[in-house]
Amino acid sequence: MNAQEIQGWIDSATAAFSSATTLDELKSARLLHAGDKSAIAGASRNLGSLSPEEKASFGKIIGEAKAVIADALTQATKRLEEARDQKMLAEEVVDITLPVRRSHRGGLHPISILKNDISDFFIEQGYFVEEGPELESGWLNFDALNIPADHPARTMQDTFFIEPLESGMVLRTHTSPVQIRTMLTKQPPIYVICPGRTFRADELDATHSPVFHQVEGLVVDRGITMAHLKGTLDNFARYMFGPDVTTRLRPSFFPFTEPSAEVDVFFNGRWIEWGGCGMVNPRVLKTCGIDTSEFSGFAFGMGLERTLMVRHGITDMHDIVEGDLRFTRQFGVGL
Amino acid sequence: MRAPLSWIKDFIDLPSSLTADDIGKGLVRVGFEVEDVIYQGADVKGPLVFGEVLSIEEITEFKKPIRYVGLDCGEKQTRFVICGATNFVVGDMVLVALPGSVLPGNFAIAARETYGKTSNGMICSAKELGLSDDHAGIMVFDKEQVSSKDDVREKLQLDDIIFDIAVNPDRGYALSIRGVAREIAGAFDLKFNDPANQLRGLNFEKSGSGVKPKIDDKESASVFYLRTLSNFDSKATTPLWMRRRIEKMGMRSISLVVDVTNYVMLELGQPLHAFDRKKIKGDLRVARAGKSAKFVTLDGQERTLDPADLMVCDDERPLALAGTMGGLYSEITDETTEIALEAVRFNPIAIAQNSRRHKLSSEASRRLERGVDPCLAELASARFVQLLTEHSSAKHVETLSTGEAKYPVSFTINPAHVSTILGFEVSSTQILKSLQTIGCEVNESNFEINPPTWRPDLTNVSDIAEEVARIIGYDSIPSVLPNRPLHASLTPIQKRRRVIAAFLANRGFSEVLTFPFTNQKTIDEMGFVGSRASTYALANPMSDENPLLRVHLIPGLIEVAARNISRGAQDFAIFETGSIFRSTKKLDAFVNPDTSVRPGQQIISKIFESVPDQIQMVAGLLVGKREVEDWQGKSQSFEWSDAISFAQEILDLCHLEYEVKRSDLAPWHPGRCAELIVDGTVVAHAGEVHPRILAQYNLPARSSAFAINLGALPASTLVKPSRVGVMPAAVQDVALIVDSRVPALEVQEALREGAGNLLESIALFDRYDKVGDGKVSLAFTLTFRAEDRTLTGEEVSAMREAATNLATKRCGAIVRTA
Repeated sequence: MNAQEIQGWIDSATAAFSSATTLDELKSARLLHAGDKSAIAGASRNLGSLSPEEKASFGKIIGEAKAVIADALTQATKRLEEARDQKMLAEEVVDITLPVRRSHRGGLHPISILKNDISDFFIEQGYFVEEGPELESGWLNFDALNIPADHPARTMQDTFFIEPLESGMVLRTHTSPVQIRTMLTKQPPIYVICPGRTFRADELDATHSPVFHQVEGLVVDRGITMAHLKGTLDNFARYMFGPDVTTRLRPSFFPFTEPSAEVDVFFNGRWIEWGGCGMVNPRVLKTCGIDTSEFSGFAFGMGLERTLMVRHGITDMHDIVEGDLRFTRQFGVGL
Repeated sequence: MRAPLSWIKDFIDLPSSLTADDIGKGLVRVGFEVEDVIYQGADVKGPLVFGEVLSIEEITEFKKPIRYVGLDCGEKQTRFVICGATNFVVGDMVLVALPGSVLPGNFAIAARETYGKTSNGMICSAKELGLSDDHAGIMVFDKEQVSSKDDVREKLQLDDIIFDIAVNPDRGYALSIRGVAREIAGAFDLKFNDPANQLRGLNFEKSGSGVKPKIDDKESASVFYLRTLSNFDSKATTPLWMRRRIEKMGMRSISLVVDVTNYVMLELGQPLHAFDRKKIKGDLRVARAGKSAKFVTLDGQERTLDPADLMVCDDERPLALAGTMGGLYSEITDETTEIALEAVRFNPIAIAQNSRRHKLSSEASRRLERGVDPCLAELASARFVQLLTEHSSAKHVETLSTGEAKYPVSFTINPAHVSTILGFEVSSTQILKSLQTIGCEVNESNFEINPPTWRPDLTNVSDIAEEVARIIGYDSIPSVLPNRPLHASLTPIQKRRRVIAAFLANRGFSEVLTFPFTNQKTIDEMGFVGSRASTYALANPMSDENPLLRVHLIPGLIEVAARNISRGAQDFAIFETGSIFRSTKKLDAFVNPDTSVRPGQQIISKIFESVPDQIQMVAGLLVGKREVEDWQGKSQSFEWSDAISFAQEILDLCHLEYEVKRSDLAPWHPGRCAELIVDGTVVAHAGEVHPRILAQYNLPARSSAFAINLGALPASTLVKPSRVGVMPAAVQDVALIVDSRVPALEVQEALREGAGNLLESIALFDRYDKVGDGKVSLAFTLTFRAEDRTLTGEEVSAMREAATNLATKRCGAIVRTA
């Protein structure tokens, strides 16, 4: 055993390692050149039979040789493992444009989304959301709102009546009875909006539905004026139809407001009738026991279907009421 | 309400600078919606002439009657024209469109060969000229009215602008040219010449004794004018200008007497009724029908009177349904020579009830139920006498009246209050001027306001604020936000409803909103019985198809699912949140307190209680496959367990603890329905929909549904979380053999209880039903953890054994060994 011989073992080991093309070949090369039966392992075992001087010098040389061989092995392993990984990744390429498996696409009905959106807009301004029953007392739906029996205003709204007629029960024609319920049970200041489902005996067609939704607002507080009504509606209209929208109040008639107005919005180049509004008629406040010398109020109401149709360019009511998933799914959970 | 500009001009001097568009905008500004503006005559181009019918040759060889008509149109030669109408005779005057004319619809008239003759023009109907919808025949005139030398356009007032406006119920006065003209004058600050002023103090000479008016029912009318005329010759015809005005208002000319009543109504707003005096026995009275009887109205319809109907009667019988429609018996005919003209200020409610009871809305009832100016009973009936005597041989006999006109009462306002309502400063001068514009008399020192006779709706400062704002313009109202109150939020119940909807939407459900109507057949088919099947009925449903209010949400979901399937959908999940209407109580009699003051608290409670509870429910329906099937292969179908899982997850979202029990409830499969119980109350059902229903609606087998009664869910309590344990967990699996009829949940609960409080979780990870002998094997993973230490093997084994012991004791479980 001499240094030259040892250098030969190193050279043949590193050559074998670097020429290995697979991890299996490398394993064979390792067993041959660095395994228990390799020349260098044998030399290492023989060190014990040498004199102390030889032991020291050969020991050092063999140790260094082992380290070089081990290093070459590590490098070869790393190289071949990387190659193996590269190959595997290349083989695992897929067509990521294939349609992927999905669960059903769900979503809220656009009327619900709009209702939530409007509710949040008003909640942020300090309004509570009040609700009430759909099957409602005629007194709350009409009389308390200053719409007495046989007044022509009563026939403005084609009412669904409930049997027996003597019960005076109706399907509410507007969400205004919720305003009455609120004023009968809460003290001013009152800031509420009342979204909900309403009913009128209209045939279902492209623009009408016997079942539809409204959102009404009611404010009763000290010093409330028609300017506050206008300001609130302007703010609401901008939120619904964009910052550049203009509104117009037109004199109108509702038994429960005085003065009364229609509110129009100028949207997409034309005036759209959006809803009705006015100052709460003092008669209505009196019916609810609110002191009209101290408090005044305003109220407004608009149809959610109409708002949705105008805002989103929906041309046929059938799409909104039929529950066809192809319509609803276009909205997801936002408008 | 229509308003021809030519008629408006009778009462206002309109500056020529005002265009039709300006006037339309002015009307909108003061509160009258303009639904249409008709430019009459704009699409008719001359030459039009009147021609006298000289000869009529009937041509008979065609299917319909055809006439070859010789006309004198003031030309040298007779003009021959083919005509398909037959409502004229030789000597009549007709309107002829000569070749070169263009009629509405771009219909060009030319000489043409037809029916073997040359037709040199066209004899026109009112419809062909765009004057009315009347297509009964051609327009016929007589020689006193028109001649071939007349300018047709001028004579027929062909060119006119007609506004069609919507009149709100509180503005009955505007259902007249008088009222509309006043509004236009107000909108442009123009002088208004009230036609009523010329009629005041008009007296007619008495020449005999007339019929006496009586008001038997004092509540139903305030003032009744009855004017009797005689010597009428029924051959008298309506002057052309009057006829044209009536036509422009969308009505038809009928006969001179009827036309004059209608003309005066249109001009002033007071409906009038003319009776054939000879048919009247004794006096003419306003009275209730008093008993049920048959009565034939002018339209030939036999109606059954209600005892409460308000009638105009003589001493023997009812003659007219008051303010609504006259009777056939006493109507004006060709033989009429004596006329009794009725003008009454009826109580609007009485007329509204008449109209409603007989489903009969007439031009008269529409005006009377909105309230007519009380001074018009006198003035309009005078106008009638004036016009009829002017245009016929009729002679005034006697005018008699009873009752007294009731005028609006005056009231005082604080003018500063107007500004506080409107939100901007309005000076007393502005208020004064606005009020004068609409006809109020105002005492300037104390602002005592005396409303005009036609404005009974003006009673307080709010009404005045509207009038002032209207005249100044609503666009003067500034835009100001109220001071916002401190804070608001959704209520916990509202939040919960939103969370549930968002959860379902995110888990693949589409929300639907169905109509809450149903029918008995559907209720029966679903298998609902007892209180779950009883509901309220609509008195006037849209159709007989769905006359009842829904008792459950699932039938509506099934219908929507069926609709989607019929349109090609296959696999989907839908849900709805809404009210259902079980008739839990018999409806009470209407609680209808006076509204002039706040009703007592007891009455208010009674009203609230009279409204039946309406359960808020959320329900979902799972149809077909869980996932969309694609190239990756099959997907599993939705099944009973999915429905139960969604119901459980919703209760989990609400932090509610629940028990699950087997149930058997419609519309579910009797062996595949679970009920969820919170605090001892059943709050939800879930499982597979009954196969019979699925088959009937063509829904895929195994479609499943859940329904949760939101109203029955207790409020969520504040969450108080336990500490998160960081010591290692010990996991133990146990397999138990039990009878297959033992609910797995019972076994699980026995294990949980037996294991004690160091059991962190338990999960069924395997169920093997091929054990035989009616047994199943259930394998559970039990996870134990202590907060303060690592559990020893002995401890864990002991707890596991305690768990299986209890399961053995309670459920007869046998521990399965490997």
